[in-house]
Amino acid sequence: MKGCEYQQIHLGTLSALPHAVPIPVAVPRRKWQVFPGRNRFFCDGRIMVAKQSGVLPLTLGLIFITVGLFFAFDCPFLMEHLSRFVPAIAAVLFLFVIISLLRTSFTDPGILPRATPEEAADVERHIDTSGSSTYRTAPRTKEILINKQLVKLKYCFTCKMFRPPRTSHCSLCDNCVERFDHHCPWVGNCVGKRNYRFFYSFLVSLSFLTAFIFGCVITHLTLRIMITVKFFSPLHVFGLNMAFCTALELVVCFFSIWSILGLSGFHTYLVASNLTTNEDIKGLWSGKQGEDMGNPYSYSSIFTNCCVVLCVPLGVPCDGLVSRPGCVPSPSGLMPCVTGLAPVPRDPVWDKRF
Amino acid sequence: ALPHLPALWSNTRKTHSLQDLRQQASIAAKVFVQRDYTTGTICQFQTKFPSELETRIDKQQFEETIRTLNNLYAEAEKLGGRSYLEGCLACVTAYTIFLCMETHYEKVLKKIAKYIQEQNDKIYAPRGLLLTDPIERGLRVVEITIFEDQSNGRIEGR
Repeated sequence: MKGCEYQQIHLGTLSALPHAVPIPVAVPRRKWQVFPGRNRFFCDGRIMVAKQSGVLPLTLGLIFITVGLFFAFDCPFLMEHLSRFVPAIAAVLFLFVIISLLRTSFTDPGILPRATPEEAADVERHIDTSGSSTYRTAPRTKEILINKQLVKLKYCFTCKMFRPPRTSHCSLCDNCVERFDHHCPWVGNCVGKRNYRFFYSFLVSLSFLTAFIFGCVITHLTLRIMITVKFFSPLHVFGLNMAFCTALELVVCFFSIWSILGLSGFHTYLVASNLTTNEDIKGLWSGKQGEDMGNPYSYSSIFTNCCVVLCVPLGVPCDGLVSRPGCVPSPSGLMPCVTGLAPVPRDPVWDKRF
Repeated sequence: ALPHLPALWSNTRKTHSLQDLRQQASIAAKVFVQRDYTTGTICQFQTKFPSELETRIDKQQFEETIRTLNNLYAEAEKLGGRSYLEGCLACVTAYTIFLCMETHYEKVLKKIAKYIQEQNDKIYAPRGLLLTDPIERGLRVVEITIFEDQSNGRIEGR
């Protein structure tokens, strides 16, 4: 759809062009190859991660190991003595957790492309001519009215543009992210407008999974002790291996439950009031001197807030992990190299689709 | 028979097609229409007419284009039964539903791209202007490229 605006330069036609027309670039390059932020890309731009994805393997490892031990040691016993559906429930929850986690990690959080040189020059011109009272060396700000409330927009020196409301610059990823929530090291990515719902579903499903495993392990131990006491049968006594594994599961679940449940609860509050972690920490809307300024982005009902945060359509839902079957790989990933135009400086332009 | 009049004395101004622009014109300037945040964070653009375009296009025409774009973006982001349903379905299937389904937002984005293409072909390119789809700039600005007038040296009769 966007390929119609640009023409691809084929290497074969280069020799046919007159020398008088300098070609800006010889080889078409994908937009993510010239992306100036600190992200890394795999699978030809379909998967992106932040530079520091260090703790993501740990998160995955913890989840896999705990669930693995659960299936190995607790499921056989519980299937027999409790219910046949225990492994099925655990498997479904586990799938949810892993899918949500991978989508959170590999989805573009809502990175704003940096301003093109012309756009940056245009903005600078407007700052100079507006006669604002701010000094040149002080951070540039612009005040706008949103829902009759004064909101300050800051100028981002790295991205050379005035940040839209609720956008923040992540120093770890070196990008401006829309509706910036926080940079999550466990997930190895920023959490922003486009992957917040995956992050939230990851937290909620992980809470359920952890609670479920914790409950099952406790039930397992209790049943074993009861049976041992009742029948005094040596068959039901714990082996050393099993004891160790069950203890490991208990410890991981116990510590995870408090942190994950707490985080889920906190983010549920944020979703219900249409706030981000960033705004909540900074106390932007809490008001000074007892004056309650109120969140200009919040709607009147909690239900609307939840729907806005979790259901409002994404820009392009399928960027990130997989591309849709039947999607024509559009040449829109190529730089706008148009033959015959006077040399235009190459811009690191890109859009939300890689 | 009348002698063939040279183009110099032609009554009609030479119009540009999009192809002509791409192949011959050089860029004179770029104008950026910024976002309008007064109604919140939904995507709306300012309808203020930039002074650089005064010689090229009607104010009404420009405002009509921007207003239509604003309406289309509002339609894309509209919270209705459809978006709730899509959201719930997506949540239940762990967002894998988008592997086989195109969302309402995507459909409207395609409509917007088609509209911009159409506006360029019919209205802007003949006047030596080019609209860039805002999605190319992260929905931050509507970039309008002003090409140098190729009919320099010809008398324009109106």
